[in-house]
Amino acid sequence: MIIGVLRESAAGERRVAATPATVGLLLKLGYEVVVEPGAGAAAAFPDAAYEAAGARVGDPLGADLVIGVNAPSIAQLDGLRPGATVVGILGPAFNPELVEELARRPITALAMDAVPRISRAQSLDVLSSMANIAGYRAVVEAAHVFGRFFTGQVTAAGKVPPAKVLVVGAGVAGLAAIGAAGSLGAIVRATDPRPEVADQVKSLGGEYVAIPSPEVEVSATGYAKEMGEDYKQREAELYAEQCKDVDIIITTALIPGKPAPRIITKEMVASMRPGSVIVDMAAANGGNVEGSVAQERVVTDNGVVILGYTDLAGRLSAQASQLYGTNVVNLLKLMTPGKDGRLVLDFDDVVIRSMTVVREGETTWPPPPVEVSAGPAPTAQEPTPPSPVKEPMSQRRRMVLVAVGAAVLFTLIGISPVALQGHLVVFALAIVVGFYVIGHVHHALHTPLMSVTNAISSIIVVGALLQIGTGDGLVTGISFVAITLASINIFGGFAVTRRMLGMFTRS
Amino acid sequence: MTVETAASAAYVVAALLFILALAGLSRHESARSGNAYGMFGMAVAIAATVALAVDHDISSTGVGLLVAAVAIGASVGLWRARVVEMTGMPQLIALLHSFIGAAAVMVGWNRYLQVEADPDGPYSAALEAAGLLGIHAAEVSISVFIGALTLTGSVVAFLKLSARMSSAPMMLPGKNLLNVGALVAFVVFTVWFVVDPRLWLLIVVSLLALALGWHLVASIGGGDMPVVVSMLNSYSGWAAAALGFLLRNDLLIITGALVGSSGAYLSYIMCRAMNRSFLSVIAGGFGVEAAHQTDVDYGEHREINPEGVAELLAAADSVVIAPGYGMAVAQAQHGVAELTRKLRDRGVNVRFGIHPVAGRLPGHMNVLLAEAKVPYDIVLEMDEINDDFDDTAVVLVIGANDTVNPAATEDPSSPIAGMPVLTVWNADDVIVFKRSMASGYAGVQNPLFYRENTAMLFGDAKDRVEDILRAL
Repeated sequence: MIIGVLRESAAGERRVAATPATVGLLLKLGYEVVVEPGAGAAAAFPDAAYEAAGARVGDPLGADLVIGVNAPSIAQLDGLRPGATVVGILGPAFNPELVEELARRPITALAMDAVPRISRAQSLDVLSSMANIAGYRAVVEAAHVFGRFFTGQVTAAGKVPPAKVLVVGAGVAGLAAIGAAGSLGAIVRATDPRPEVADQVKSLGGEYVAIPSPEVEVSATGYAKEMGEDYKQREAELYAEQCKDVDIIITTALIPGKPAPRIITKEMVASMRPGSVIVDMAAANGGNVEGSVAQERVVTDNGVVILGYTDLAGRLSAQASQLYGTNVVNLLKLMTPGKDGRLVLDFDDVVIRSMTVVREGETTWPPPPVEVSAGPAPTAQEPTPPSPVKEPMSQRRRMVLVAVGAAVLFTLIGISPVALQGHLVVFALAIVVGFYVIGHVHHALHTPLMSVTNAISSIIVVGALLQIGTGDGLVTGISFVAITLASINIFGGFAVTRRMLGMFTRS
Repeated sequence: MTVETAASAAYVVAALLFILALAGLSRHESARSGNAYGMFGMAVAIAATVALAVDHDISSTGVGLLVAAVAIGASVGLWRARVVEMTGMPQLIALLHSFIGAAAVMVGWNRYLQVEADPDGPYSAALEAAGLLGIHAAEVSISVFIGALTLTGSVVAFLKLSARMSSAPMMLPGKNLLNVGALVAFVVFTVWFVVDPRLWLLIVVSLLALALGWHLVASIGGGDMPVVVSMLNSYSGWAAAALGFLLRNDLLIITGALVGSSGAYLSYIMCRAMNRSFLSVIAGGFGVEAAHQTDVDYGEHREINPEGVAELLAAADSVVIAPGYGMAVAQAQHGVAELTRKLRDRGVNVRFGIHPVAGRLPGHMNVLLAEAKVPYDIVLEMDEINDDFDDTAVVLVIGANDTVNPAATEDPSSPIAGMPVLTVWNADDVIVFKRSMASGYAGVQNPLFYRENTAMLFGDAKDRVEDILRAL
């Protein structure tokens, strides 16, 4: 089968649905790949690179499977051959007209943004992969506009305080933003209605600011849901307070299938310091910030810059294309069980079912809901107690242990008879020598080491040698057996070690 | 210089040679000379002791028996060392440990017969004069105890390793109490024996130690054998050290302490590799949790045939082989080595990734691969190879299961959670050689088998490797 890679028709789109690297993977799955001329130009992938990776440059519309980042234009859809399959970010939930348009043709359409949130499908979830990039870019855009350092410094010319960043919503985009802002040196705070993300925020170096609320929510779909009135009240108070304190706000709050929640009001924006920056990552869906305009940079009366860019992921076009392309490859891996270049649309697979918007001209949207929890299911089981992590021993405890050990040894040696004391010194020193001698043994030599120590510890033959032939017959008899056994060990142990060591060769 | 002082000097020399032997064994370059130092040290020690025995007016029958015993031991030992299969190495080492335990028990009993059982004899009189009779009795009891513990422990390990006994852990109710109880009883009987050295007390101590050794090792499962074997190695060292105190011989004390502490350190390394507490290993029995959360649906596994594997290998630029106990069982090391040679001749970068507890003996896999003439510098440790899996085209997992289980890093509720594993799943393709879909030693299902980039090759590893060689 042939896969066609579209050149994006949407204005300002710099991404492409396949890169030279993912073309190689598609070929591995048994497909042929045709790339539209100039498809990757905006993402710094020239046609020659695709050809070098094994693709053909030509007209993608005649292909059996057409992949794009955004939905194809009407003109492109008209050019498809009957029975073709289209894959892209179709946004079926916001775009009923597009779904109708698609269903008017005898084609199949899969929406990359309709992947259910189950662990198996993570590798093809473009919302996550794009949100990750967008979160990073949001920080970079904010830093570009912000007239100060992110990190605090003490210089000869005076002290620079670190920037304070508030990230609203700790989903994939929020976490990426927390990580990026933190690594630039800023003080990062984050809010999210799901308390279970607190640890994730902390792990990236952010501080989780909880909204005081009895409504502890564990989401069943993996996304945040809309919250109650009382909660909103307290939330608003918290944000009003934070706005006065922070320099940069990055909002990422989205609720699937609904307009974005309004979180930062005009009054809150007005309370911010001049020069502060807000990046509204939800601007495309109505915005979390009052006064933000999609795709625009707005400056308020009090000098706060609100960025409403909607193409944040596309601004890292090469990286975004690579990740998107990999998501597509993973989808096709799922749909090509035989790895033979034949596409199979398996409606029993919940992932494929959820993504399919139109099947051969027949609308299949919306899919039946998939109940899968990203967090622990609320009633399913007791949270497993975290396995005890051994804390590294503190300096103090170590000293105490050494002191106790020394005291015990002191007492033991102190009460033992004089004749024994010399031997105890030898014993103690030999233990220490044993540890150090063996400390850096190469892992491959563990077995020879054991057989040699085994041979060496047969030194107890010395005891038996001195006992044989003295005293009565019983003693001699026992010694005889002991010497025999120990000799087997001595000769066998050294010989087998020799044999083993002889086998180790270097190339 | 008398014979006595010469012997003492020889003992010091021998002790230093033993230290050199162990030091030499820690690197490939010096390993062979290390072994030679060990042999030389042993020869010096035995020669000095025989001279001492002759000086002590040993009877002529004694000399004859001595020579006969050494001759028998030497011939049996050399014969076994020559014919043993490298896959049978764990059993052999466990058996040799039991000999040390047995010899230690016998020497200890002999001391009892010479001293405590003969209150009017020359030995007793000398000790009596020095006021050391009580200490001597305690030393006899301790030596016999450690020796007997090593003896039965090693015998059980031998039986388990040679599959003459089920490798499943024995589960007695209150096993920790039994162990502690045995130790307490040992202390009580030892004190009693010091006060009143009766024959039956020593018999009870011996039986107690025999039972404790049996129980300790019987309650440890087959997969934890690497730790058990090095632990027994350590015990045999402590037995020698205890005898050294009993016989007032520094050579035995030094050697015993060397072996004891090095064996303990080795077991500690093994425990760390399995993310298990050292104490719980010594206390015996921890492969307990099993068959836990088996109802999770991992999806379908994918099968592949030897021709498919050969194709993958032919196209690969770098290959990592992760062997496990299954390779030893199937005796597949020669085929694997042949495969390695062929691929390396074609310019493929072939390396081995060895998990610290792969196999049934510390370093077991290395010995098998060395036997098959795989150069040791392409055989890497887990930590050395784990970062490289991202750039690896094909990983062949041969008879390994728990050591390549992604659940250890990804599923906090898994019984093996936290155990460091080989991250083979980061490679482009993973081929798992396995006899069936049964779970590994730890009884944990392996999600690796159901990964997108994993394919299963079922059947005997040796046959399958040969099929691949033919297809190449």
